[in-house]
Amino acid sequence: MQQLTITPLAATAAVAFDPADLAWMLVACAMVLLMTPALAFFYGGLTRSKNALNTMMMSFTALGAVGIVWALFGYSLAFGEGSGFFGGAHHFFLAGIGMEDKNGLPHLLFFAFQGTFAVITAALISGAVVERMRFAPYLIFIVLWTLVVYAPVCHWVWGGGWIAQLGALDFAGGTVVHINAGIAALIAAYVIGPRKDYGRQALLPHNVPFVLLGAGLLWFGWFGFNGGSALGANTTAALAFVNTMLAPIATLTVWIALDFIRTGKPTAVGVATGIVVGLVAVTPAAGFVGPGQALMIGVLAAFPSYFAIRWRTRTRLDDSLDVVAAHGLGGLVGALLTGVFARQVWGGETGLFDGNSARVGIQAISIIATIAYSGLVSWGLLKLIGTAVPLRADRRAEGIGMDLPLHAEEAYASGEGAILLNANETVADDTVALSQAITARAK
Amino acid sequence: MKLITAIIRPDKLNEVLKALFRADVHGLTITKCQGHGGELARVETYRGTRVKMELQDKIRVDVGVSDPFETTAVEAILHAARTGDVGDGKIFVLPVEKVYRIRTGEQDTTAVTPVLAK
Repeated sequence: MQQLTITPLAATAAVAFDPADLAWMLVACAMVLLMTPALAFFYGGLTRSKNALNTMMMSFTALGAVGIVWALFGYSLAFGEGSGFFGGAHHFFLAGIGMEDKNGLPHLLFFAFQGTFAVITAALISGAVVERMRFAPYLIFIVLWTLVVYAPVCHWVWGGGWIAQLGALDFAGGTVVHINAGIAALIAAYVIGPRKDYGRQALLPHNVPFVLLGAGLLWFGWFGFNGGSALGANTTAALAFVNTMLAPIATLTVWIALDFIRTGKPTAVGVATGIVVGLVAVTPAAGFVGPGQALMIGVLAAFPSYFAIRWRTRTRLDDSLDVVAAHGLGGLVGALLTGVFARQVWGGETGLFDGNSARVGIQAISIIATIAYSGLVSWGLLKLIGTAVPLRADRRAEGIGMDLPLHAEEAYASGEGAILLNANETVADDTVALSQAITARAK
Repeated sequence: MKLITAIIRPDKLNEVLKALFRADVHGLTITKCQGHGGELARVETYRGTRVKMELQDKIRVDVGVSDPFETTAVEAILHAARTGDVGDGKIFVLPVEKVYRIRTGEQDTTAVTPVLAK
């Protein structure tokens, strides 16, 4: 392994970067980072008030937990030189990441931009396990998942790995981010099992305005996610940017129409979900298709996700916030349609409409490979962690809600009956008793 | 007539409602409330400030019933609200002097016999 060295600035200052590229990518990086807090609001609003903090923490702490393993190991495994399957170790501990050129950007900025993707991908999975998974195993899972699932898949598709060599198109993360997280979510919901009240009580969103706020902020951040994936201030960025506006517009419209036709009443949670599904579906296609095709992708993506969500709620699969239907299925539809709609005149890559019928098959191979790898390894990781620590909180904690037993905080504390404690004062604490009960049960 | 007042856990409300409806008790009122029983206090921390939360969130269920329904209603609540841990709550049964139905002016047993809107 290469030793830890800071690249001296003087040695690399000779590389001249386009200031416009730099300016846009700095902003894009901040916009993608904002998507993780946005996801926290989206998910937090969808859960019950007694679990609001726990749910939002699952996204916010991904910034810390995933961010740090990305910096220390993940980036190197994804983008370091290696085989077709794994990157190398020579960028471990940020070694050799300085101001030299990487895809037209300072290497350091490229590393940070990719880091924001790794964080939100892991945070997406949390939607399938909220209101019952314990926090420590969740953190252990997303950290390990980032290293052994996200980083390799990212390497296959974007790091010059075997899927990239095959010629599969994934502009900003249809397979790497959305199918990958969607399948991990499916497995996690299955392994951890449904919430104790699932199917017996209505488990309603406690703050629909939060859900809309989150969806709005996600859309804003997504302009950085897709537009920034052009890695510069250029016409590809403009194309991806506009497509990121058009596809969700179409999905949102179709979603409202479906609500109208089915029940006569368009729903706010439906609007928020429609926006996210449209964004997910256009992600792999953003820089490869024209605006008309982006609208088509938005329209077509609405149907499978809409009906999958309706179907899922009648099954025993408690994918609580529908990560599989929105991200897994939306990503799958988007990745396939990228193979259909990619136009040489727009993005320089050919698809089915340009007569390249092999492209759809190649897209399918990349999808199947991601599903198989992510599903299998996610299952193994959860089983492994489950042998060491219990994955679920106990029923009593689930009844009280995760916020109090796991975090000793309330999202909406009234302050009534709260007695200030001195620094050294000890009292019998029910939150301690609860965690002891969980540990005792595990033994 | 009796007034049955039950203090229960919020997450047991749905089961209690289901049990009461199954026992043909349809008229009731619920209130969100806070109370203090035998449970351990919970210690919460906000930016280094530690507080002991003495009050627990509870739900108060008030049901007015005719005498023959007293046992059925009480048993329904007892069974549905129980977890076996300290903090499951209490049921109080009080005698009621007079009951009026506002819509019709009906009194007593007739007034607590549910009429379902069509």
